[in-house]
Amino acid sequence: MALPYDSAAKFQDYAQPEVLVSTQWLADHLDDPGLVVAESDEDVLVYETGHIPGAVKLDWHTELNAPETRDYVDGEGFARLMSEKGITRDTTLVLYGDRNNWWAAYALWVCTLFGHPDVRLLDGGRAKWIAEGRPLSKDVPERPPTDYPVIDRDDTQVRAFRAQVEDHLGQPMIDVRSPGEYSGELLHMPDYPQEGAVRGGHIPGAKSVPWARAAAEDGTFRDRKELEAIYAGEAGLQQEDDIVVYCRIGERSSHTWFVLQHLLGFPHVRNYDGSWTEWGNSVRVPIRRGDRP
Amino acid sequence: MGQQCPGPHQAGRQAVTTGTLNPRLAEIVDDFTSLPGKERLQLLLEFSDDLPTLPERYAAQRDLLEQVPECQSPLFLAVEVDDGDTVHLFFDAPPEAPTTRGFAGILHAGLDGLGADEVLATPDEFTGQLGLTDLVSPLRLRGMAAMLSRIKRQIRTHRA
Repeated sequence: MALPYDSAAKFQDYAQPEVLVSTQWLADHLDDPGLVVAESDEDVLVYETGHIPGAVKLDWHTELNAPETRDYVDGEGFARLMSEKGITRDTTLVLYGDRNNWWAAYALWVCTLFGHPDVRLLDGGRAKWIAEGRPLSKDVPERPPTDYPVIDRDDTQVRAFRAQVEDHLGQPMIDVRSPGEYSGELLHMPDYPQEGAVRGGHIPGAKSVPWARAAAEDGTFRDRKELEAIYAGEAGLQQEDDIVVYCRIGERSSHTWFVLQHLLGFPHVRNYDGSWTEWGNSVRVPIRRGDRP
Repeated sequence: MGQQCPGPHQAGRQAVTTGTLNPRLAEIVDDFTSLPGKERLQLLLEFSDDLPTLPERYAAQRDLLEQVPECQSPLFLAVEVDDGDTVHLFFDAPPEAPTTRGFAGILHAGLDGLGADEVLATPDEFTGQLGLTDLVSPLRLRGMAAMLSRIKRQIRTHRA
């Protein structure tokens, strides 16, 4: 049975308030049956240094990917993974992580491909929980395996592939990478020199809105008015737009996808997870360099 | 004598150097590869926890440190070679970057206090022998390789 939603006032302004929980809500519900908390981090050792008591680790690198096909796990793989983590189809799954929930949002997006009914993000993530002096634990919980059903992955709603993005040229697109990656000065993200592409620049027509602008200084999401000023105001997105977001490998853009789809309620938002590592290296696809879309 | 480790994760196109691992590094490699995957991460965390804090003379004057931008998280290091040709290594990485700290910890445990020639003889590709490639992403391991190459370069500069 799903847990009650967090009624925090800030969340009520968002299009779907039920997709976020506050640190206080989580602290109040930590022992509730029906809840599983999972940590997903950029640094794969952070969980081991101490995590929210009872939280399991969900590792983007070794658990969500299917490296042989450069894809995500399939329905059977996802069912196996959820079972191992003690998650049922009825579980309220709360995700959190480091770096403004960057990887937690990515994990949430992958869960969405399998239509997990109730998955939420902890607003402010790991940093806020720690900043508030809340407890951490190094104990790794043992949860009995569950009988998670095999659900076919649905790539049609929130995921875009390269050919679809080629057809999408001229329609709204948001590039969430850093300004230097967008303009083409950098062939990789600052501090990540090896995840590069042979060409620098962006997909023609894509507007630049670096992903972390959606987060406030304390790692929480900006409130609805601030987000609207950025995405509807500056970027000019309209409610009925068909929107594609991308970054370098699809993780930072999962964060923006979450903001657009769940917090601002745009109904048609897809994440192009092939992103710049695919587009920038592809034969016969156009790019644009410089600051202009 | 250092023990030669075959390195099952070797990438074929990487330049192969012929140096051997010093006994301390060889033991660290053995410790990692004898453990199952998840416990290797635990061991890496121990190296992260055991990384000595930066001495005051560097903490007070951070411009003496060299940044290693190849690492995914901020990592700074300093290399000293004393009159006896012994190498002393100093690292600084934030606690919220335990993987990077862990790699620094391995290099500190395996190289600090050795002679300059021994450090220079460390095979560049040893980072691939720890059995961590599939666990922490190759990118991070390249960050560790970059730390090693910067350490060697500083030693060579010191000698020049």
